[in-house]
Amino acid sequence: MSGDDTPADRGHQALDLDAARAAIAAADTADALNGVARALLAKQSAVATLKQSIKSLPAEERPVVGRAVSEFTRAVQAVIDDRRAELARADAARSGPSIDFTLGSHGRRRGHLHLITQTQRELEDVFVALGYQVAEGPEVEDDWHNFEALNFPPDHPARAMQDTFYVELGEPEQVLLRTHTSPVQIRLMQAQSPPIFAVTPGRVYRNEAPSPRNSSVFQQIEGLVVDRGITFGDLSGTMAAFTAAYFGEGVESRLLPSFFPFTEPSAEYGVSCPFCDGDGCRVCSHTGWIELGGCGMVDPNVFLAVGIDPEEYSGFAFGFGIERMAMIKHGVQPIKTFYDSDVRFLEQY
Amino acid sequence: MRAPLSWLREFTPVEAEPRAIAEVFDQLGFEVEAISEPGRDIGGVVAARVVAVRPHPDADRLRLVEVAYGLGETTVVCGAPNLTEGMVVAFAGEGSTLPGGITLEARKIRGVTSDGMLCSPAELGLGEDHDGILELDAEAEIGVDVVEVLGLDDVVFDLAITPNRPDAMGIIGLARELAAHYGIPCTIPDPDETTASGVDDRGAGIDAAISVTIEAPDRCPRYLARVVSVVMGESPAWMARRLTLAGMRPISNVVDVTNYVLLERNQPLHAFDLDRLAGRGIVVRLAHDGERIETLDRVERTLTSGDLMICDADRGPQALAGIMGSGDSEVSETTTTILVEAAYFDPMGIARTSKRLGLRSESSHRFERGIDPDAVATAAARAVALLGEVAEGHASPEVIDDYPRPHQRPHITVRTARVGALLGVALTPREVTDALTPLGIDVTGDGPDFDAVPPSWRPDLEREIDLVEEVARRIGLDSIPRTLPNVTGERRGLTPRQRDRRLVADLLVGLGLFEAVSVPLIAPGDVERLGLGTDGLVHAVNSLRVDESVLRPAILPGLVAAVARNTAYGRPDVALFEMGHVFAAPNTGDLLPDEPDHIAVVLAGLVHRRPIEPDRPVDVYDVTDVVTALGEGLGLAALEVTSADVVGFVSGRSAIVTVDGSEIGRVGELPSDLGDGDGPLVALELDLDALLDGTRRDRDFQSPSRFPASHIDLAFVLDESVTAGAVIDTLTAAGGDLVESVTVFDEFRGDAAGPGRRSLAFRLHYRAADRTLTDTDVAQLRGRAIKAVTSAHHGDLRG
Repeated sequence: MSGDDTPADRGHQALDLDAARAAIAAADTADALNGVARALLAKQSAVATLKQSIKSLPAEERPVVGRAVSEFTRAVQAVIDDRRAELARADAARSGPSIDFTLGSHGRRRGHLHLITQTQRELEDVFVALGYQVAEGPEVEDDWHNFEALNFPPDHPARAMQDTFYVELGEPEQVLLRTHTSPVQIRLMQAQSPPIFAVTPGRVYRNEAPSPRNSSVFQQIEGLVVDRGITFGDLSGTMAAFTAAYFGEGVESRLLPSFFPFTEPSAEYGVSCPFCDGDGCRVCSHTGWIELGGCGMVDPNVFLAVGIDPEEYSGFAFGFGIERMAMIKHGVQPIKTFYDSDVRFLEQY
Repeated sequence: MRAPLSWLREFTPVEAEPRAIAEVFDQLGFEVEAISEPGRDIGGVVAARVVAVRPHPDADRLRLVEVAYGLGETTVVCGAPNLTEGMVVAFAGEGSTLPGGITLEARKIRGVTSDGMLCSPAELGLGEDHDGILELDAEAEIGVDVVEVLGLDDVVFDLAITPNRPDAMGIIGLARELAAHYGIPCTIPDPDETTASGVDDRGAGIDAAISVTIEAPDRCPRYLARVVSVVMGESPAWMARRLTLAGMRPISNVVDVTNYVLLERNQPLHAFDLDRLAGRGIVVRLAHDGERIETLDRVERTLTSGDLMICDADRGPQALAGIMGSGDSEVSETTTTILVEAAYFDPMGIARTSKRLGLRSESSHRFERGIDPDAVATAAARAVALLGEVAEGHASPEVIDDYPRPHQRPHITVRTARVGALLGVALTPREVTDALTPLGIDVTGDGPDFDAVPPSWRPDLEREIDLVEEVARRIGLDSIPRTLPNVTGERRGLTPRQRDRRLVADLLVGLGLFEAVSVPLIAPGDVERLGLGTDGLVHAVNSLRVDESVLRPAILPGLVAAVARNTAYGRPDVALFEMGHVFAAPNTGDLLPDEPDHIAVVLAGLVHRRPIEPDRPVDVYDVTDVVTALGEGLGLAALEVTSADVVGFVSGRSAIVTVDGSEIGRVGELPSDLGDGDGPLVALELDLDALLDGTRRDRDFQSPSRFPASHIDLAFVLDESVTAGAVIDTLTAAGGDLVESVTVFDEFRGDAAGPGRRSLAFRLHYRAADRTLTDTDVAQLRGRAIKAVTSAHHGDLRG
């Protein structure tokens, strides 16, 4: 076979990698390098010509030449890239020192969603994932929606459980700042027939002297379920499901009998202390349990107030303080912190 | 309610450990707030007799006291003034312990060794008396531990009683619940008035001729009066101790007996000095409107015709019924004969008066929740028996008991199936009745549906659902199997509006803003400072704080106050936003205020960029950027910022924001002193509902052109009154479909522009969808653009 070169062999010989390396190394500016790169790889280059010729070669030679072309191209490109980086480094060295990334920034930073909003969204999302809707209503309410329809008769001592801000509208003590988001449940039941699966987040007001645990304003999220055949077991199971979703597996929930005018049977909802696993610590006052809110089966009088037949439908309701959830999860103290807008607090979350 | 265990055990033989009992109380719905064991911190302190008291050789105020403490005698140095020979005292010798973690050691006081100390009540944790030494019962055995002598070896449960359970405000009510839970007897002995000196021949000799007239029987369904002769004095130690443990201060034997019965039987009583009760009679009547009385707490109170009073036979006020005494017939040291009142008052009436006057007492607290109307007579008898025991009482056998319409216990039909269906537990009729009867509920019928009659002490049991709750409580809430309801219904998840609100908040966070949450109750001055009108404010009537007396008509006052606070915290450069309801007086005919959702932004001070670039103060364009971003984020079709002088903002640096041509808010620079800082303050407040209601751009796909763009730059000299936006609109219109963008790239004022004029330079990008624009096309577009600006705005093209 010697002395009798095929066209492929001739093309092969045109691919002189050493010569290419030398040419690349000789280029000492970015522009010169671009020129060399064009000469070596662009349309009129030897390798391009050879590539063009492949289709006219005998079938058995095509893979051999094709491989040679692509190997050569890859090798040359790699050498060019290295040289380009080298030139860039040299360039940078000429133009100044390298960047100190710890020096600062242009100050573009993300902001912060308030911890109350973050917590409210987490709580909403637990129930949204269960298929609940999110209902809202006014913060200024009338006595009927806030108390009477919820089975607080006038002058009933249970009203004293919630110190009320009254507003200069209507008859004396007719218009008030809602003391809980339960009036939203009333409005929802008036507007929508069962089945109802809803949570009602929102701001509520209590006219009491501020203390580390009490604020004249705080946020609640309540839940309401109304359908045929809803049981106390459903309430208990829902609170357990919520506990697992919000606090994680391993935190237990419990219900203890309690009293609220708008539910019966009523219960206090608590969870095993997530900080000490129920062994007792400062957070849970050494009881192993943290009380988080109230719940119960919707009282038949509430159904009658909104025109739902308590013999046909039953339901449950529950409620928690949103700040209290955040205080327990993150140890925020006192509750006033949430309302001070101190950026040193806001930027922590 | 504080319940000493020893007292509960008087009625039911509960054996469990205190912690276990506390858990049972919790499970029954009586939340245990604290368990105290008053004697727990006292160790080795014993009863001792004072043998001799001698002066201290070296100190006028100190004395040397020799005490016999059972195991011997020793000397104690003591400064208390009330020591006498023969007195029995609490001696804390070397090594004994006292509340507060104190351990006694012998030490020298002015040269004399004191072998411990004699204790004051305060030192034993019994009240606040520090000055005198506690005198023990003279009969106490010397050498016996004082914890035993004083009955401090007790456990006190501090229980939170819910308003539906008045019966649990008495020891007997709690004992009943424990007995039902443990399945053990609860024995409430009938008061035996004949033991001690209760009703006897001497009682029969008392002038017991009294009259009782009830003028308001609806408000006072039962009034019982007993006449008892007494010898006033102090209560014996056991009674004083019980009252103290239960949280009441011993006052005198007669008053203490009334309090003791109140705590034990949940029956408030009142003792009148019969000799000071004019006409030796009682009139129960309603007050006159405006009638004034002074209650025992020495406050003068103005009554209304809805208030019930207990008066003497001359109609002179002696008590605000069921709430507090108010006359000169209160018992005193000189009292010899008393009229004991045991009554049942209408709960709502007591609640109304107590609430209106802001006057609450142990008595009103119980009456307004509803005491046992059928236990009035036994409670009075118990008082008579106790008076015999502790006040040398002798009662007249005559009893006036005005109870014309005895209480009717309700009959309630209980359906076993309904109970099971509501609780989610399969129950047999037997299981349901077994749960109810230990609570004193009488049951008749043995079918699945039966008749239940609750006891007179449970006013909360009126309906079937009330008994469902009792069954749940008795079987234990935790024994009910947990299930999950099958969630049905069409409305699920967040509404588009709720998702948009989240989007807006997330967008602002992405722009670097911090979300604030303010108290919506603010001071009227905060509103005025921002130039917002105070007409139409919604006022809170009974706020405890002046600075929280009106509902915010806008969010900015709260945010501006937040800037000032942060300035005080050393963080003057802040970027805050807040979303939430604002309040405006209702429209005519509406009861409730208008409550739109707003969004507000405040930027203050400097934008920090050092050392990469210089810091720069925030300016109005920083907030208009926020408006633009909101418009882009929401895809609003027509969101505009238009210069306007807005009250409260710096003149010439404010604008209104419109959506679809309607004003939805304001933006601009605020006077910098509002933020208490040196830097500028720029702000934005929009009606969020109106913003989100804005028409959205359609999102039909526009294929990007494959052809190159051409650009030209044009500069015009224009009157200051011509806005860049107006020129941009003109240029955009002139270019038609071919315009891709028009932006301002330079603004210039100076001699070259001339007075009252400025130069604005625009870059116009043109591109066709279907071809490359030719030089001729561009030249035509340029000509049209210049002509349009010249004619519409009298702009002069700059060379």
